[in-house]
Amino acid sequence: MTDLDATFFALSDPTRRAILARLARGEATVMELAHPFEMTQPAVSRHLKVLEGARLITRRVDGAKRPCRLNNRGIKAIEQWLAVMHKALARNYDRLDNVLADLHRTPSKGEPP
Amino acid sequence: MSKMVLTTEGDKYVVVTRRFAASPDLVYRAHTEPALIQKWLLGPDGWTMPVCISEPRPGGGIRYEWKDGKGNGFHLTGEYVELVPFSKIVHVERMHLPDPTPDNHVETRFDADGRGTLMTMRMTLPNARARTAMLATGMEHGMEASYARLEKMV
Repeated sequence: MTDLDATFFALSDPTRRAILARLARGEATVMELAHPFEMTQPAVSRHLKVLEGARLITRRVDGAKRPCRLNNRGIKAIEQWLAVMHKALARNYDRLDNVLADLHRTPSKGEPP
Repeated sequence: MSKMVLTTEGDKYVVVTRRFAASPDLVYRAHTEPALIQKWLLGPDGWTMPVCISEPRPGGGIRYEWKDGKGNGFHLTGEYVELVPFSKIVHVERMHLPDPTPDNHVETRFDADGRGTLMTMRMTLPNARARTAMLATGMEHGMEASYARLEKMV
């Protein structure tokens, strides 16, 4: 099972989110990632290690290079939970809008008949 | 209609913000009075809350029981920790699916925002096992359907 707590930790850092956004456009090597973020390659590698540990990215061997790409399985696991949560709460608050509108019309009594 | 925003804060919290076109005292009451809670805290369409216990005082109990009318149901228990009428509620809750999920610590603030209210709810991120149990309640498909309806309305 994907460890979603590790996933959320990985996503809590803005640089790692930016790296994921870059990888969403396609595979990239450490060198290609280091350049736009103005970071050293060891610094990028540390972020990649966290992302890989959280199963948000995978790396393959291509000669001396180890290009990174998004791991769709890891990303879907978080999205699924957050999406379900978002939908349930959004539906509740949509209904609460109506409850509040009724209350507003009858402010002295708790409940309309 | 106000758009709800849900974000994660680090690896520990989920933060939800939502604006309402009503004063903080009304929004606060809708979060604490059982007869009002039963009208909106329902999740997907088709679910009802036949049992709602809410004792809004420190140490007061919370018990919500949901049913989908097709033989499915689950319940939530909790306790109020701190209440500042009409601006803040701190409570602890757990879902019974049927095993209890780890305690979810929830802090809800209601701030005046023009003529309305800005609600900010910060809750504990459930662990992977609790999330899986929540997804397994069979609510997911209902949520998909109700969300699709909502999208059409907006």
